[in-house]
Amino acid sequence: MLQYLLTFVVLAQPAPAPAGADKPATEQAQPAGDKGKAETAGDKGKAETAGDKGKAETAGNPCDKNAPRPANKPKKTLPPVGARTDLGAGSYWMPPANSDLATHVDSLFIAILAISIFCFVGITIAVVYFAWKYRHRAGHKAQESSSHNDPLEITWTIIPSIICVIIFLVGWKGFVDLNTPPRHAYEITVVAEKWKWSYKYPNGWVDENLHVPVGEPVRLVMRSKDVLHSFWVPSFRVKQDVIPNRYTKIWFEAKTPGVYRQYCAEYCGDRHSFMKSLVVVHPPGGFKHYMEEAEQALLDMPPVELGEYLYAARGCNQCHSTDGTTKTGPSWKGIFGETHQTSAGSVQVDENYIRESILDPTAKVRAGFNPVMPTFKGQLKDEQIDGLITYIKCLK
Amino acid sequence: MATAATSPHSHDTGVHGDPPEPSYLTVKRGFRNWIVTLDHKRIGVMYLIGITTSFLLGGVFALLVRTELFLPGSQLVNEAQYNQLFTLHGAIMVFLVIIPGLPAALGNFSLPIVLGAPDVAFPRLNLFSFYLWCTGAALMLLSLIVNAADTGWTFYTPYSTTTGTAVVPAVAGAFVLGFSSIFTGLNFIVTIHKFKPKGMGWFQMPLNLWGIYSTALLQVLATPVLGITLLLLLVERIGRIGIFDPALGGDPVLFQHFFWFYSHPAVYIMILPAMAVMSDLITTFSHKPIFGYRFIAYSSIGLAALSFLVWGHHMFVSGQSRLASMVFSALTFTVAIPSAIKVFNWVATLYKADITLKTPMLYALSFILLFTIGGLTGVFLGALSVDVHLHDTYFVVAHFHYVMMGSALIAFLGALHYWWPKMFGRMFNERVGQVCAVLVFIGFNTTFLPQFVMGARGMARRYFDYDPEFTIFHQVSTVGAFLMGITLVVSFGNLIYSLFRGKRAPRNPWGGSTLEWQAPSPPPLYNFYAHEQPTLYPIYDYTDLYYDEQEGGWLRRKHKAEAETP
Repeated sequence: MLQYLLTFVVLAQPAPAPAGADKPATEQAQPAGDKGKAETAGDKGKAETAGDKGKAETAGNPCDKNAPRPANKPKKTLPPVGARTDLGAGSYWMPPANSDLATHVDSLFIAILAISIFCFVGITIAVVYFAWKYRHRAGHKAQESSSHNDPLEITWTIIPSIICVIIFLVGWKGFVDLNTPPRHAYEITVVAEKWKWSYKYPNGWVDENLHVPVGEPVRLVMRSKDVLHSFWVPSFRVKQDVIPNRYTKIWFEAKTPGVYRQYCAEYCGDRHSFMKSLVVVHPPGGFKHYMEEAEQALLDMPPVELGEYLYAARGCNQCHSTDGTTKTGPSWKGIFGETHQTSAGSVQVDENYIRESILDPTAKVRAGFNPVMPTFKGQLKDEQIDGLITYIKCLK
Repeated sequence: MATAATSPHSHDTGVHGDPPEPSYLTVKRGFRNWIVTLDHKRIGVMYLIGITTSFLLGGVFALLVRTELFLPGSQLVNEAQYNQLFTLHGAIMVFLVIIPGLPAALGNFSLPIVLGAPDVAFPRLNLFSFYLWCTGAALMLLSLIVNAADTGWTFYTPYSTTTGTAVVPAVAGAFVLGFSSIFTGLNFIVTIHKFKPKGMGWFQMPLNLWGIYSTALLQVLATPVLGITLLLLLVERIGRIGIFDPALGGDPVLFQHFFWFYSHPAVYIMILPAMAVMSDLITTFSHKPIFGYRFIAYSSIGLAALSFLVWGHHMFVSGQSRLASMVFSALTFTVAIPSAIKVFNWVATLYKADITLKTPMLYALSFILLFTIGGLTGVFLGALSVDVHLHDTYFVVAHFHYVMMGSALIAFLGALHYWWPKMFGRMFNERVGQVCAVLVFIGFNTTFLPQFVMGARGMARRYFDYDPEFTIFHQVSTVGAFLMGITLVVSFGNLIYSLFRGKRAPRNPWGGSTLEWQAPSPPPLYNFYAHEQPTLYPIYDYTDLYYDEQEGGWLRRKHKAEAETP
């Protein structure tokens, strides 16, 4: 959605602005962009028509999301994702290992592979050699040989048992590590739906690719909107099903910066094999910079658009409707300018009241509602609060 | 080696006069007599026809899938059709071919004869099971015709309760097939308990019977769970009652627990009879007693019991508790031990043997090698941390094809060639059979070995489209699949051709020591002529079996002595 909005902002620029050049147009980013577009194809059609005919007459109207942007305000764009770095890399059996845990998994894999090859080659040699040496031919008969031998049976029961116990213990240890994130892990929310991934960052930014810092543990808290999906990054050797109505978690710590592929591994319908994204591991400092850029790109939206974006991204929509239905909190529809009874007397809903309600929600609680809203003090910038106020103003 | 002046069995062939009783194939002719028959052999043959037809259909779907995957992007079909193809391939192969293949088709034919009995314990129930199988197959076909299900053979919720395709007939089909399986299992358990001949104790039973017995236990104990699970799925889909779908207040992971509680034992329903029949084949063509009889017999029962305790290893990344995953991983490794014991015992049987590499034996030897690969790759998947990476990739696809096709279906082919002369009284062309067995082995490995590598490298399963770097693996795999497909058609052609032009089969073409080789080929209605009931020899006793040129098969010296002294 945001990708689309950004695209649109670019398209809505006045002619002289180099619109095409602004858009991150790498090969890898393209499919993600396409997906976003397809999802919102309807909106796009509407918006374009409105934009075309409305440009001149609605200039200066804060509620028009398509109003031309002042030419002097520079447009922030995000740096391109770049080409995949895990392509053709890695060993014969495995893609490149991009975490210490992945290296551990590989060691166990190689150990089991070695044991397996040893056993298989041994058995094959025995079968082929016996089949040749004891083949039926004139004068050859089966020789007398014991039909059971307990010491032999016990030997080939106990040796595999010991090997299995060791493999189990090593595998279990790795599994425990794969499932025990460090306390200070950076947390990103992942939402899976047919057929796309969304990555939600603490600052409200939502991305179609997963951006993470190098050398820092990252923990993903995942949920699905519809059917089962599975989050898989081969280079990290991590995989976890994503389930509706239940949170599942996963963590990793990337060792090397680069761009790695991410897949859906649990069958989810028609476009299952297209449900993939990229993991961008930023070099030191790069991630912080990217997040600042992302935040700036948000602030750069027309206020009403930013407000609408934050309404969904920061979860206002959990309690406030925009269509008049009363949820946990009052609906935002037509609320601006109305006068309501609150816990501190009668109040008219204006810019200051909205600002106060965001930063200190329990100061003036509207009659009929409970003081349950958390404060957003320190979490929203002034521009973001302005955006929300404009958005509420425009909900008529 | 002594040669008998007159073969004691020459009267079977009609050369020296009419056989005393007509064979089961000719006793009552006509389509109507076949469809109401209570004879276990005819029911077995009817199963065989149905299963082979389903196998052909499932194989065509497999080749369509492989052709589509020859290059990235769309070649033949779109993504929705692709999903239907792999679902049909899986559902048909699992529910219609492999599960009933060895027990219902070949087990039905061989079980009573191996026991020296005239029929199974409940012949009517046996026919009813067959018609249940037909009903289930028809329902699956209905789903195929209406709008084939696209859920994968696992029917995972909530996808299966929300997709628009014809899931209901497919699930109803699997439900009905489950009952067919339960009744067959029940029938076989009772048959083994009640019809074991005097003098055949539990540890004098051919290992084939141990396998059929353990399989039957699984069929009776595990399949009802599949029944109720699929029923709940239908209730949810039709009645919108929330059981598995979170949108209705259900839990999708619950479905996976229920499903695998059946479907893991089901893997053993497929592999145990395969291991069992392989034990018999290997000892027959080695002309030497099996090595470690008791260990093989106990390992069958051990596998059957353990198979109930490991279903959670399909769910290491499903969100089940970490503790559960740990316990299931530990239990999974216990399955490796009896499997390894079997392999070592088969190899030890070959030691100092007298091995004839006939077609069934070639299938048996490929079985040992392919099962070893299937089993060893299971160790990767049982290790928790490695499984997290390999789960739901082509590594898993290759692993279970090595077990289900490389082992269970190869065993089916070996067993089919083994009992074919007994079933129809005709010998197939040995040379063609041998070449086909080798080519199937080569084709199989060409198809599935590359899949291990691409899976570990990051190729997820059930993918319609893939990254170009995997193209070469997919292409090798597709070439192998076509080699295997063509070879299988040729080998079935070889069998069918033998019905018309094949040499007449002797009673004991391979030198088998078990009771079915004392019956005429093909046997009469009650398996043995009324005047010559089978003689029980010590199990796997090959000492007095010798090849008789005139008979064209193997005879027993004791038998000959008895025949010559009236």
